[in-house]
Amino acid sequence: MSIQEFVDTATDGTPAPEGEIPVLEFRAVDTFYGAVHILKNVDLRIQPGEMVCLLGGNASGKTTTLKTILGMVEPAAGEVRIDGEVANGWTTADRVARGVSMVPENRRLFKRMNVLENLRIGAYLRNDDEIDADLDHIFEMFPRVKERLNQKAGTLSGGEQQMVAVGRALMARPKVLLMDEPSMGLAPVLVQQNFEIIAQIHEAGTAVFVVEQNANMALSIADRGYVLQTGQIVLADDADKLLANPQMREAYLGEMPD
Amino acid sequence: MTATDPPRTQAPSLFTRARRRLTWVDSFLWVIRVGAVLLIAWGLIGSIQRFTAGLGPTGSQWRDLLVAAIAFGAMYGLIAIGYSMVYGVLGFINFAHGEVFMSGAFIGYFAATALSNGGLWQSNPIIAMLLTLLVSMATSTFMAVLVERVAYRRLRSSPRLIPLITSIGVSFFLQYSFLGLFGATVRTYPTLPPFMTGNIDILGVPVQRSQLLVIVVAAVAMSGLWQFVTRTKTGRAMRAVAEDKEIAALMGINVDRTIVTTFAVGGAMAGIAGMLYGQLYGVSFFMGFLPGIKAFTAAVLGGIGVIPGAMAGGVLLGLFEGVGPLLILGGLGIASPSQLRDAVAFSALVLVLIFRPSGLFGEAVGAEDRA
Repeated sequence: MSIQEFVDTATDGTPAPEGEIPVLEFRAVDTFYGAVHILKNVDLRIQPGEMVCLLGGNASGKTTTLKTILGMVEPAAGEVRIDGEVANGWTTADRVARGVSMVPENRRLFKRMNVLENLRIGAYLRNDDEIDADLDHIFEMFPRVKERLNQKAGTLSGGEQQMVAVGRALMARPKVLLMDEPSMGLAPVLVQQNFEIIAQIHEAGTAVFVVEQNANMALSIADRGYVLQTGQIVLADDADKLLANPQMREAYLGEMPD
Repeated sequence: MTATDPPRTQAPSLFTRARRRLTWVDSFLWVIRVGAVLLIAWGLIGSIQRFTAGLGPTGSQWRDLLVAAIAFGAMYGLIAIGYSMVYGVLGFINFAHGEVFMSGAFIGYFAATALSNGGLWQSNPIIAMLLTLLVSMATSTFMAVLVERVAYRRLRSSPRLIPLITSIGVSFFLQYSFLGLFGATVRTYPTLPPFMTGNIDILGVPVQRSQLLVIVVAAVAMSGLWQFVTRTKTGRAMRAVAEDKEIAALMGINVDRTIVTTFAVGGAMAGIAGMLYGQLYGVSFFMGFLPGIKAFTAAVLGGIGVIPGAMAGGVLLGLFEGVGPLLILGGLGIASPSQLRDAVAFSALVLVLIFRPSGLFGEAVGAEDRA
């Protein structure tokens, strides 16, 4: 199946219910840094509640994809749609308010603030009165975070910091949670724990978009996957089909061809 | 990710590496440290001997000196907050901040004079002084925000040296604008109402009321600022921007607006200091220079970028320069040591930095935190 066909049928194999609007969508997006063409005609879509991963090696355009979603880079052509609306030209804050939030690579907590402040700042754009309820929800999910509330975030262990980083992103009540390289720089046991957290969030009904180099781990929990190579989507399929795809196994899953 | 992030130098880690190799620098520093401690101890012992022998200042003179030093230090602390906060957010020293302080004091003087001519200063001094304080704060806030907008915003992505040099230019521009507009005379605020002069007993210790006013107002302003920074959403946003602009933007914080808020808050604090300083010592176009440099010193002393550090650094510097000359230099037998107060203030800075390079409250802002 061609990529275009794949995108046109929305979710391939697991067709989206009629009329359901993707929480996040790229339509033929091209991005440049100066004269350098980074993203080339990229199409992506993430349906509500879906878990999608974007795989690719170094310099494949993964980070640029995230920056384009968040409005830190504007596409030269094409549309970025958030919750069905064309988001080109929106500020990062607009996009966060519309339901996109990110757990950055290496967590990047505010180390000089305590854990509670880190969580509260995730809800910076919210003015509703359910913030405290959402905090409780996060403590339910990560009981260890609750024990550390008044501790400076910089003093937490790597795993705890990851929980706070996820909690901080969830406090924005995202419709789609972006995860930038959740396995980067973590010990294997923490990577495992991290993907369990991601699966948990997915099960709770939030769409998750994981950008990863660790293809095995990401595909094992995702619904679908895209493979990005030098700025182009070269493969797009269901996660289990990608895992079985010989081309994929050879290039990304570290297996020798038979 | 964004181009607005000023490059952070990796200097601290380089220094530690260099010091490990050049051990003679280490030993040299230790000689200075030990020498400084001995000198201070010698001076202190000398002062105590003189005091018990009935020479030098009397007990009540020491006490007055101490209170005056704290009042002076409180003003330094208020100004230092602006240096420290701007450094925290943008990573450069805003040398025009002394002139932000001066402009508040100056316009505050005009307000006070007008109120005095209108009779309110005499008939209702508390309201009049509050109004003057508000005018002074508003002027300094406006000036700080204006300077940010006109001079610094476009330099956000340039190397840190460039806004630094610009700030020196802005400082001169403001000084000489005020000189051109209002002349070089030192002007004094209308005299304080009678109930504000003379001494008041605090727990049996007589304290000058005008100095007590400075200490009380500064303490209220500082605790208010602390509440603002730690308890409010805007305050949290300011700290977030100071720590990591990119991630702050990711939280939906408007980084530009938060930087403006930081300048405004620093300006307001300088405005309060300006009014307090002005009513004690008068105003002139040049008044911002020395307090500005001293407050910068105080900010470094306390650990630049750390708000409580700026407050404590200010009070400490006030004490060093107010009490230090007589206490240490007097004890060493130096004649009229008070003439050396500025030299003592800056020596104090050097000494503190030799013992604690990141300042008293500063964390080692190394590559790990800032990169």
